This record gives sequence, C-alpha cells and structure tokens, in this order.
Amino acid sequence: MSEIRPLKLSGLEPLVITPESNFINVGERTNVAGSRKFLRLIKEEKYDEALEVAREQVENGAQIIDVNMDDGLIEGKGAMVKFLNLVVAEPDISRVPIMIDSSKWEIIEAGLQVVQGKCVVNSISLKEGEEEFIENAKKIRRYGAAVIVMAFDEVGQADNYERRIEIAKRSYDILVNKVKFPPEDIIFDLNIFPVGTGMDEHKRNAIDFIEGTRWVKGNLPHCSVSGGVSNVSFSFRGNNPVREAMHSVLLYHAIKAGMNIGIVNPSMLEVYDEIPKDLLEHVEDVILDRRDDATERLLDFAENVVGRKKENKIDLSWREKPLQDRITHALVKGVDAYILEDIEQARIEAKKPLDVIEGPLMIGMNVVGDLFGSGKMFLPQVVKSARVMKKAVAHLLPYIEADKSNKRQSAGRILMATVKGDVHDIGKNIVSVVLSCNNYEIIDLGVMVPPEKIIETAKKENVDVIGLSGLITPSLDEMVFLAKEMERQDFSVPLLIGGATTSKAHTAVKIDPQYKHAVAHVNDASRAVTVVGDLLKDSTREKYKNDLKVQYDEFRKNFSKRSKVKSFLSIEEARENKFQIDWDNTQITKPAELGIQVIEDFDLHKLVDYIDWSPFFRSWDLHGRYPDILKDEIVGEQAQNLFDDAKVLLQRILDEKLLKAKAIFGLFEANTINHDDIEVKFQQDSDEKTAIFRTLRQQLKKHGDQPNFALADFIAPKGTGVQDYMGCFCVTTGFGTQELAAQFEKEHDDYNSIMIKALADRLAEAFAEYLHKEVRTQHWGYASDESLSNEELIKEAYKGIRPAPGYPACPDHLEKLTIWEVLQVKERIGVELTESLAMWPAASVSGYYFAHPEARYFGLGKIKEDQVRDFANRKGIEYKKAEKWLNPNIAD
Amino acid sequence: MGTMLQEYKFSEEDFREKRFADWPVSLKGNNDLLSITQPEAIATIHRKYFEAGADIVETNTFSGTTIAMADYQMEELVYELNYESARVAKKVAEEVTAENPEKPRFVAGAMGPTNKTASMSPDVNDPGFRAISFKELKVAYKQQAKALIDGGVDVLLVETVFDTLNAKAALFAIDELKEELNVDIPVMVSGTITDASGRTLSGQTAEAFLISISHIPLLSIGFNCALGAKQLTPHLEAVARNTEFGVSAYPNAGLPNAFGEYDQDAQEMANQIREYLEKGLVNILGGCCGTTPAHIQAIAEIAKNYQPRKLKRTLQTQSI
Repeated sequence: MSEIRPLKLSGLEPLVITPESNFINVGERTNVAGSRKFLRLIKEEKYDEALEVAREQVENGAQIIDVNMDDGLIEGKGAMVKFLNLVVAEPDISRVPIMIDSSKWEIIEAGLQVVQGKCVVNSISLKEGEEEFIENAKKIRRYGAAVIVMAFDEVGQADNYERRIEIAKRSYDILVNKVKFPPEDIIFDLNIFPVGTGMDEHKRNAIDFIEGTRWVKGNLPHCSVSGGVSNVSFSFRGNNPVREAMHSVLLYHAIKAGMNIGIVNPSMLEVYDEIPKDLLEHVEDVILDRRDDATERLLDFAENVVGRKKENKIDLSWREKPLQDRITHALVKGVDAYILEDIEQARIEAKKPLDVIEGPLMIGMNVVGDLFGSGKMFLPQVVKSARVMKKAVAHLLPYIEADKSNKRQSAGRILMATVKGDVHDIGKNIVSVVLSCNNYEIIDLGVMVPPEKIIETAKKENVDVIGLSGLITPSLDEMVFLAKEMERQDFSVPLLIGGATTSKAHTAVKIDPQYKHAVAHVNDASRAVTVVGDLLKDSTREKYKNDLKVQYDEFRKNFSKRSKVKSFLSIEEARENKFQIDWDNTQITKPAELGIQVIEDFDLHKLVDYIDWSPFFRSWDLHGRYPDILKDEIVGEQAQNLFDDAKVLLQRILDEKLLKAKAIFGLFEANTINHDDIEVKFQQDSDEKTAIFRTLRQQLKKHGDQPNFALADFIAPKGTGVQDYMGCFCVTTGFGTQELAAQFEKEHDDYNSIMIKALADRLAEAFAEYLHKEVRTQHWGYASDESLSNEELIKEAYKGIRPAPGYPACPDHLEKLTIWEVLQVKERIGVELTESLAMWPAASVSGYYFAHPEARYFGLGKIKEDQVRDFANRKGIEYKKAEKWLNPNIAD
Repeated sequence: MGTMLQEYKFSEEDFREKRFADWPVSLKGNNDLLSITQPEAIATIHRKYFEAGADIVETNTFSGTTIAMADYQMEELVYELNYESARVAKKVAEEVTAENPEKPRFVAGAMGPTNKTASMSPDVNDPGFRAISFKELKVAYKQQAKALIDGGVDVLLVETVFDTLNAKAALFAIDELKEELNVDIPVMVSGTITDASGRTLSGQTAEAFLISISHIPLLSIGFNCALGAKQLTPHLEAVARNTEFGVSAYPNAGLPNAFGEYDQDAQEMANQIREYLEKGLVNILGGCCGTTPAHIQAIAEIAKNYQPRKLKRTLQTQSI
C-alpha cells in the first residue's frame, strides 16, 4: 500500500495524523462520565472553571479534547452547545480538534453544528442496526467530521478477537462502500476490557484487543485504532502503581500493533522502561495472557506494591463462588455491580435466554422472597433486590425477544393503577415491585387512570388480578365505581384495594358488596405476595375467596350494628352545641402583613431540620418512631440503612437543586357568618373581593359538655363586631420529582424512584411546617415570641392550627377550589388540582391558618344527610354533587 | 461587479424603480436588488468582463440570503433576486459563448458569508452567545442555492468565507440540495484572510480551513478579497500543497486608500499575480474588490503564458 492517506483534523490549527505520527493523546477530563469534578462544574453551571479544565488539558499536551455531557441530570444537548461555544471562543483551547462524545445522536449533532473545525464523533456503531448506522455516518460526513466506530453490533459488544475483526470489517465495508466515507476518517474503538478479574473469560481481553488492532491495521487500509486505556486495569482499582504499569504495558504493545489514538489519563501512566522488572513481568503475564496463573500471581504480587495508598477494602470473596451463588448473592444483597457480567455468563451457558430468568434469577428471587416472608429482609432491601433483578432482565430481554419460540411463564399478570383523579403512587409502586420480585408480571398504568382504561387494559391483556390504589378520599368512590363496572362487565378476576385512604371497613362495606368475585383490602406490601398467591393458586383460590367474602360479610354486620348504636344530633342541635369562645375577652393579633405572598425557589437546605422522619419509615413499611426506630431490635438495622440511603439522595437533592420548592400564602380579614361559614376579604387585581370557606360540623352526639366542633368556631362571628383574621397556603417541593423518578425508572432503579417521591413528600410537609412557623412568628406575628424545638413542632405544641382540606377536620376537598381561587395558586406557583382535587405535583400541602389559641385539630367524624343538604344549599351546588364529595363522611 | 456599479452612481430612485417606490426602508446600496431594477446595467457589466477575457463571471448575489437581506426587509424577495441574477448572467454568458464557441463562458452563483457569524459572539461580554445558528444558515443558504441553480448557474461559489462554520452550513445545504435535486453541480469555496496573522476572522490557519471544508468534493478552494495579491501568496502555498482540489485566487486590487478606493492599476496587480503562476499555485484566477475589466484583461494576458497548477489526481467532479 504505497498511498498514504493521513487522518486530518482541525481546530484553529491542523492536526494531521500520519503513520509516522506519535501516539495521539485524547484529553478525557472534559467528560462528565469520567470526571466527577467536571460533572460537578457543569451541574453547578460553573462554565468558567470547566473551561479551565479544558485549557489545562491542552496545556498538558492533549492533542484532541473529548467533550462528553451524558449524564441523566444534565440537559446534555444544552450543556454540550454551551460548553463548545465557550471553548470555541478560547483560541488556546480551540486550537486543537474536538471529539464530540455522546451516546445520544441529538447531542452529537448539536455539537457538530457549533464547531468550525473538523471534529471526531465519538461514537457510532452497528448496535441499532445498519440503517441507523448508515444514516448517522452520512450526516457526519456532511458535517465534515471523522468518526469513532465502536466494535458493537446488533448482537452486542465485541468481546473476543473474532468478534472484533468481524464487526470492524463489516463496519468498514459499509462505511467505505455504501456511505463513501473516506477510510482515513474512520477510527475503530476495539473495546478495551478489564483483565485480571479472576474470570477465565476475561483473560484474553487485552491480548485480543492488541491482536484485533493488529488485524484491523493490516487489513482495513487507512483507518485508525483508538481505545479507553484505563478500563484494562479496572479490577485493580485502589492500587495505582499496578494500574499505571498495566496502562503502560497495554499501550506499549497496542501501539506496536497499530493503535495510534487513545484516551489516556497522563497522570495514570508509568513510563514503560521505568516499571520495575518484576512488576513488569507480572503485568505482562496478565496483559498478554502468558500463563494460566497470571492473575493470581499478580494479585499476590500487587499486595507488595500497594504501598502508597490503601484500598478501601470491599469483600469480594463472593465473586469466587459458583455462578448461581453469585447471582443469589447479588439479588439478596442488592449489589448490581457485577450482575450484567454474571447474567451474560448465565445466558451463554443457558440453552435459552429465558432459562436464565426462570432458572438462576428465580432461584435467587425465591431466596429473597423467603427471607422477606420470614421477616429476615425488609422492604427497602427487597426493592434494591428488584433493582438488580430489573437490570438483569433488561439485559436478557433483547435476547428473549430475538428468540420468539418461548414466552415467559409468569406467576400471573397483575394490573396496577392509581385511580382517576389521584396522583399518589408510592405505595402502589412498592407493591408492584414486591410482586414483580415474585415473578408476577406487572402492568402498571401509572396514576390518574380513568376507569375505562383500567377495564379495557384488563380485558386486552387478560390480567389475573386488578390492583387499585388511592390516597385521597374521592378515590374511594372511584374504586366503588370500578367494582360495579367489573361486575357489570362480567369480570371474575380478584380486585385488590390499597392505599392510605382505603380501609378494611370501606372495602367491606362499600366495595365488596358490588362485586361477587374476590375483593381484598391489602394495605401493606409484605402481605401482597401471600394474598395474591392465595387468590391465584388453584389449590387455595376458592377457599380463600370464600373466606374473604365471609370475613367482609361479618365485618359489615358488626359495622352496621355499631353504627346503629351511634346517635347523631341534627345540624341545628349541633350548632347549638358549638365551641364557644369569649370574643369580647380575646386578644386578636392583626397580621403584620395582610395579603398574599409568593415564595419562589425556596432554599431546600432550610427544610432539612423540619423533616418529620417517622412517616418516611412508615411509607416503607418500617413501623416505629424516629429516632428510636434506628435502634429497634428488629427493623433497626434496615431502618438505619434506609435512612443512610435517604440521606445520600437528600444530599444530592440539596447539592444539585434537583427539586424546586415554592409556596404561596395569604392572610386576610375574616369573620364567621351563618354559624359554619367563614367570609374572607381579599384583593385581586386591585378589586376588593370576598370568598367564603364552608366548614363542616361534627354531628355525633357528644358525652358531657364536649362541643360539636366546626373550624368556623375558631373565627369571630361577624355579629360580634370583632375583626378577625385567617390565612390559607399551598407549598410544594414536587417540581422535579416526576423527572427524577422517571430517570431512575429508566435505569431500572425503583428503589430510588420510590425514595425520591417519599423524600419529596417529607420535604413538602417540612416546608408546610416551616412556613407555618414563619407565619406565626413573623408574617402574622401572633406568636412572635415562640421558640419550639422540632420535636415540639412535630407534636404540634404551637399556638394556632393549619388544617388541610381532605384531612379529618375538613375532609371536604371542594374547599381547595376556594383556596386556589383566592390565592391563584395555579397561576402563581403552578400547583394544579386534578378532577378529584388531588394536588399535582403530589408533594404539595395546602390548608388554612387559624391563630386562635383555642383552635385545635379535631376529626369531623360522620355527618348526616341534613347537613349535606344544608351544605349544598349554602354552597349553591346540587345535593348529588355534595353527596358525592362528602360521601366517605356521610353516616348510613 | 461592485466596482463597476459604483461608476453608475445609481440614486435611491434608481435602486427602487416603480416596483419598490413605496418600500419602507432605504434601498440605496442594496446592489443585489439591481438585478431586478437595473438588469441592463448588470448585463452590461457581465459582458464587459467576458469581453476582457473572463471565463467565469459571478452572479450579483453576494448578499442574496434572507439573513443579509433582513437589513432591507427583503427576505421575501430572496428567491427572485437570486433567480433573476442567475438568469441575467447566464443569458450574457450564452450570448458571448455563441459569438465565440471556442471559448465557453460560465456563471458562478455567488454565495456570500452573510453578515452574521456562527462561531463567534458579537457580544464581547458573552462569548457563548451566537447571533445565528447553523440551522438558520443552512436554511438560508439552501434557499439561495436552489434559486441560483434554478436560474441556470454552472457553479456554486461559497465565497469570502470569514467564519468556516458559516461555510460548512452552506456546504451542508448544497450537499443536501444536490442529493434532493439529483444534480452534480460543481462547488468552489473561497475564504478570506483578513489580517497579517494569516488567519481567517474565526481564527483558523489556511490549512485548518482547508481541512475543515474538504469533506465535500470541491472544484476548487482558495482565497479572495481582503489583502492584495502579494499578501495572499503564502496562504495559497499552504493550500496548494495540501489539497487535491483545484486552487483559486481572486484578490483585491491592492489595499483600499484613505477614500476607500482601490488604486492598484491593472498592470501592477497582474505582475503580483505572476508569482502565483510561476510557482504553479493556482488553477483559477481573478479579481475581487477594485478589479475592473482592465485588470482582468491584464491578468488574462499574463496567464496565457503559463500552465495551470497540476492536479494530483482526477477529481470526481466533472470539470466545467
């Protein structure tokens, strides 16, 4: 081959790579995937400092700089464009060519559109097939860039010599012949994989790369070969002297074989000739696979070499065990670091990829199930196991789909949905994860699912169980409606009911009678598996269903007996017995700041101290009070682990501002009118307006001199002539949750997906607590001398209350509409109400402020039809509508 | 073209004619518009250059993009401006060719750099800012190229490139268009080196510039405008050494004097250009600002005595 066609690249200056050129060193520090520092700078938008990283690399001799912005929490395209635009403006950086590095084509293309020089695209491959490969290569050509081609095809990554040359040859032929890509503009990345892992199939990783390089350079004219060098020493992390020697040895031999470009950290490179002889021999034995015991010998030898830095020792002895033990270990411990490696081995060994799920993975998950069932594992651990399982299954899926002959045999298909109008899904997701761990196939329809869709999907997918979840009271009616629909449409599959607002009582009394087949109230995840198992197994199905029916029937009978014993007052009588406040002798504090205030983008750091952790543990089925729960004999260790993980994610939320906290609140002149209504005056568009909050009054006959409370009792009646005040608010920390959860789910990480939602909820509650304190002590100022500890706050030791519509004192969700109207919540901070009046984003809290020292939290309890009619009249709505919304509170 | 048009001393009314009498902004100086309002003048000038010995004339479309025409609020007229300019020039070329079929004459569709830069910020305090994007340029250039091809040009000439990224957008557009229209029209690129440091405005050396645009098969690459013929020599050498494409040069007639006039006379310019010929650096020669038909005649006279630069290998693109 006489003709020489050099690879020519350009920044402001040319870079011409000929066969005589020395090895071309690509700077790798401007890569968010490879440099924590760079990632942090980009996340914090410290682009000036990020530019310094680039400049330093060029000054230190990088001849090309690799720029990568692939991180789930960065808007990659925007960051790529912004950074490159700045790089281009710095002549001492942009004099060298740029390598635009991304796994996302849109980021690559955006990068290509802002750089005038001839770049390198890193990378494309046949992974997604020829069509996409050709299309992207054509565009790259049109943009005038060279390209790195990964040794990756539809089947997977090339991991031996034959696959490397097979894929390289095929890629080369397509590019040169079909795309007319100049061969000198092709750079192969032939996959540098770790050696010295202790596994036989890794022994040839380095030598196959070297030999693959030799073949490519000998057979595919004009192209270059590149690679990420530090991968090779992965298993010796923590032992830099050995790693540096490995890098040098690999480069020494690979360059001789024709590798001419590489991503190398110069500070992690030993000079080949300066490697001590004995270390060199051991390292070369491993890199070149010169003896069977090379790895063991290097490991032994490495102990002596460590010297400088001691590795943070992780016990990896389980890696030596047989494959099944390793898979089980990974599942039980929730360790995902090696699972793909192990699963790949299992897949190769198995007859069909499906066998890996039904064999090794199910064996492992059964151990998890048994440990969970016997109380030796706890929910957070199981969710972590599920994360490992999901990653493993995701790896196998393409192979299983390719092998159409088999369908996976699951234990059953379960449809899960949060019902229409409701947005809460933490509990539902946990139950889904636990069930999927037990080999059930979950069809999760998400939140706010309309009944038609549930019915339709259940039919189409031929599901075995339908599970419904809800947190707010209107969801109860949705569930009743669905039960009726299932009956009407001749369903026979079991119906599971769960969620914070549901109860055995409601299920027994309202849902169960609507559906002749099995209905089960399951409110904790650990029971879900046994309940579903009993409902689906042929041997137990009938009996279990009948038991349930009998159980609920008895419950109904007792329930109706009990309710008969209770006696109610008429609404007039109840009003006679209202809570009395001596208004003439009450000192009312006028709010320091009347009117509405918005808090945009509140600093989340300030909320950490206000978090009430006990409900957090409850959401994970770990019961007990914080902080005692951390020392609990049974769940203490798990609670501590969960708490540690929560704190890690919380720290990330804080550091990276992953969630946005906003609030709005208003303080208004207010007086009670007509016993149970509160009239507030507020300004809107400089008009004086009034709004009326309708409150509900306890009607249950009280013992002794106990009053029948309504929230209106805490505000001075208009007739007294006393000017009183009240407030209302909405806080949210939910903006961002959805995206983060979706990101985690994409990464098959249900654990953190649930965690982020649980944390967002806690932060919202903390924000409500914080804001209430600020209102008491400052904005309203009626308790300006207050000083309470967090514990006292949680115990609600403060003066005044902040009841929330939908909760016991005012279970009527409709009043949220009034709050939204008065504060313009949606317009001003973006929190919306669903058709069931759930708040969206879910991590939001809204409510009223009452300042009177006698104001207290109470439960409304059941009310009678006369109050519902009175309420409908006052509010000017149809009786039917009032009945619908107040239904959970109406006494039979 | 601009040099010759100056001599007509067209007034605002001449630029407008009846059709644009009520145009809301001043049109004087919008030379591209004259292809519509004063087509005879344009045709006459083309003919003069052909008669002086030119093989190729450029269309009067230096600013014929929506981006550059925004100054005159004439974005809507871009297609027509380019189409008419191409048509006028092509008509003259055909007439002159018919007079002497031994010497065929060609029209190059001129695609200027626009008045915005895609890889530099106009705001010194915000170096990351860009006044124009690759996509916007691509769209504008594609429209211009299409109109020029429809109007009958023989070559497209991406010229006076001061920001390589702008040129890459033009080349991207042309490459797409060639595929879409299934035409293989030759393309010339001509950069401009504006200062003594020997770099383009966007900071590239001549060779880096060459590498950055060599992904599209070109009829020629070279330089125009800016400094005089003499100052261009080292950059032409850098390019000629490293490319398989033809090399072009059409410098200004020296540097402008204090009144913005070019006073290098024809012979002086031709003498400087002789150096290119002696060194065998160029395949296509010509002149930019300040070059009159007399200059072209002098250059053509000298060039007659030399062989063009030898091409390393046969180009895939057809020769014209």
